[in-house]
Amino acid sequence: KPKCYSLLAIILLTMLILVFFSSGLLSPRSQTPGSPEVGARVKELDHLQVVTLSRMVYPQPKVLTPCRKDVLVVTPWLAPIIWEGTFNIGILNEQFRLQNATIGLTVFAIKKYVVFLKLFLETAEKHFMVGHRVTYYVFTDRPADVPRVALGAGRRLVVLTVGTYARWQDVSMRRMQAISDFSERRFRHEVDYLVCADVDMQFDDHVGVEILSPLFGTLHPGFYGSSREAFTYERRPRSQAYISRDEGDFYYMGAFFGGSVQEVTRLSKACHQAMMVDQANGIEAVWHDESHLNKYLLYHKPTKVLSPEYMWDKQLLGWPAVMKKLRYVAVPKNHQEIRNR
Amino acid sequence: MHRRRLALGLGFCLLVGTSLSVLWVYIENWLPVSYVPYYLPCPEILTQYPQPKLLEHRPTELLTLTPWLAPIVSEGTFNPELLQHIYQPLNLTIGVTVFAVGKYTHFVQLFLESAEEFFMRGYRVCFYIFTDDPTAIPRVPLGPGRHLSVIPIQGHSHWEEISMRRMETISQHIARRAHREVDYLFCLDVDMVFRNPWGPETLGDLVAAIHPGYYAVPRLQFPYERRHVSAAFVADSEGDFYYGGAVFGGQVAKVYEFTRACHMAILADKANGIMAAWQEESHLNRRFISHKPSKVLSPEYLWDDRKPQPPSLKLIRFSTLDKDTSWLKS
Repeated sequence: KPKCYSLLAIILLTMLILVFFSSGLLSPRSQTPGSPEVGARVKELDHLQVVTLSRMVYPQPKVLTPCRKDVLVVTPWLAPIIWEGTFNIGILNEQFRLQNATIGLTVFAIKKYVVFLKLFLETAEKHFMVGHRVTYYVFTDRPADVPRVALGAGRRLVVLTVGTYARWQDVSMRRMQAISDFSERRFRHEVDYLVCADVDMQFDDHVGVEILSPLFGTLHPGFYGSSREAFTYERRPRSQAYISRDEGDFYYMGAFFGGSVQEVTRLSKACHQAMMVDQANGIEAVWHDESHLNKYLLYHKPTKVLSPEYMWDKQLLGWPAVMKKLRYVAVPKNHQEIRNR
Repeated sequence: MHRRRLALGLGFCLLVGTSLSVLWVYIENWLPVSYVPYYLPCPEILTQYPQPKLLEHRPTELLTLTPWLAPIVSEGTFNPELLQHIYQPLNLTIGVTVFAVGKYTHFVQLFLESAEEFFMRGYRVCFYIFTDDPTAIPRVPLGPGRHLSVIPIQGHSHWEEISMRRMETISQHIARRAHREVDYLFCLDVDMVFRNPWGPETLGDLVAAIHPGYYAVPRLQFPYERRHVSAAFVADSEGDFYYGGAVFGGQVAKVYEFTRACHMAILADKANGIMAAWQEESHLNRRFISHKPSKVLSPEYLWDDRKPQPPSLKLIRFSTLDKDTSWLKS
C-alpha cells in the first residue's frame, strides 16, 4: 500500500511541475507588462534593450539651433528623416554595438546582374555597417558567378539560389516573394535587421546604423522636391497599389528599404500578396514592386525615412547643394542590354 | 492490479496533459494574431492632410532631432490628427503618477481639471495620486474611460525626502499594479497645470522633457551634480540637455527600469551620506546621459510661467502654477 501511494504522489507532483513549467516557459507573453496584445508586440519590436552607454565626449546639441535649416528632418508622424548632420554616429554605433545587432543585406543578382556584385560587395565592405555584424544574402540564379570578395571580421556571405523569370518586371516583383519566404524560414533566426537593396549600385560613403529602426523607406531622388500629385503612384483604382491624388507623404524608392526582420516580413508578404491579386485581376502596377511598396508605406508609416543621400544617381541628377553626402549611388548601366538577357 | 491500472491511468493523463499544452503553444503561434503593429499602422486614411514639405526654410525654430535621432516634440513638428488616427485604434491606456503630499494636495483640483480638458483626450487614462492625506483629495468628475486612484503613502518632514522617495514609490507601484493597468506611464509634478493639448505625440519608449530654465544654456552651466562622490556625478564635458524632473515617462516597463535604477543610485548616495544638488532630478539627468531617451519633449511640455515665452516656443502645454514656494515647503 505505501508503494502505491508514493507512486501516486510522484506522478501527481510531476504533473503539477510540468504544467507550471510549460505555462511559464512556453508562453512568455503572459509575463509581459501592459495589456497582453500591445505588450507582446511592443516587446517584440523593442530592440532597445537596457544598454548603458559609456562616457563619450562630443559637442553639446543646441536646442535653439536646428541641425539642418534647409530640409525637413522629422516627418509629421515624428519619424526622423536621416540627412547628414542630423546624427552623431558615435552614439548610435555604441547603442547598436551594445545590443550586438546583426544586419542582413539582401541583394538580387539575377541573370546578367551578377556582374554588379563585385563592386556592390567591395564598396559595401568599405561603407556599409562597418564595425557591426553583417550577413550578405545574395539571391541569384547563377551561384557559380558570385564573385569571391574578401570580407571583414564578423561579416559573411550566403548565396541563395532562386529561380528566374523571363521579364525583368517579374524578376523585380518576385523579390518580395523571395524576401518574405526567406525571412520566415531563415532570416529571423540569423539577423535582427534586414536591408533590401538593389544590386546595380555602389556605396560611395557611410551607410550605417543610423538607418536602423523597425521600418524604414528611402526617398526617391527624382521626387523629393515634388508635390504628391506628381508622384508616380499607381493611379488606377483597380490595382491594389492605387493611391489617389490627394494622398501620399513621400515617394519611396523600391531599391532601398528595410527594418526589423518582423516588419520586413510583413511588408514583403503584404506587397507580394497585393501583386498576386493584381495579377489575378490582369493588371500590373505602373512601377511594379515600387508601387506596392509605396502603398504599404502610406498605410504603415515607416519609423525612419532615409533622405535621397541614401539613393542617388550622379549621372542623372548631378550633386545639388542640399545633398551633403552621396552614399549609395547608381552604377551607370545600359538598361536595354542588361535587362532582358 | 487495481493499483497498476491507476498508475497507468495517471501516467496516461500526465502524458496527454503535457502534449496538449505543447500543442496549444504551437497552435497559438499559427493562429492569425490581429496584427496591430507597434505604433504606426494607418489602415484607412480618412483624414486628408497636407503633404509634408521636404525642402524647408524655417528661420526661428527649435532643434527637432537629437544627435541619437530621437525626435524633439514641439508645435509644428507633428500632425495631431494624423497621430490621433494612428494611436486611437491601439486602445492604449495611459497612466499618470502625481505626488500630493502635505500642502501639495491643494494643487490636485486644478491639475485634474486641466488634465480632463487637455491631457490625452479620447484615451483611457489612469491617474494615480500618491498622498499622505487621502481625504484631502477632491473628487473631480472625470470623462468616460478615465479613472482616479488615490494611493496612501507616508509623508516626510523634509520636502527633499518626499521628492527623492518618488522614484522608489513609482517603481514599486509599477511592479505591484501599474504594469497590468497601463501601457504608457507619465510621472508628473502636481503643482502644474495643462494649458494646451497633450496628446499621443508624447508617447515613446522612454520620454524626457527639457527643463525650461536651461534650454539655451551651455552644458557647463547645467546644474548637474558636480561632486565626484555622488552617483549622479556628471563631468564638465558630458551632457546633452538638462531634463526636468517634473516630466518623464514612457512605456511602463521602461519607466520601471528607469525609476528603479534612479532609486538605486539615490540609495547609494544615501549610504555615502550625500544628497544630490537637485535631488532625484540630478539622478534622472545622470541616467538620461547613459540611457538616452527615445523621445524628447520641448519646453512647451514643461514650462515656467514666470519666464517670458520666446517666439520659438509656439504653444505652452504644461506649466507651473504661480506659487509661494516658501509656504509650501515648510
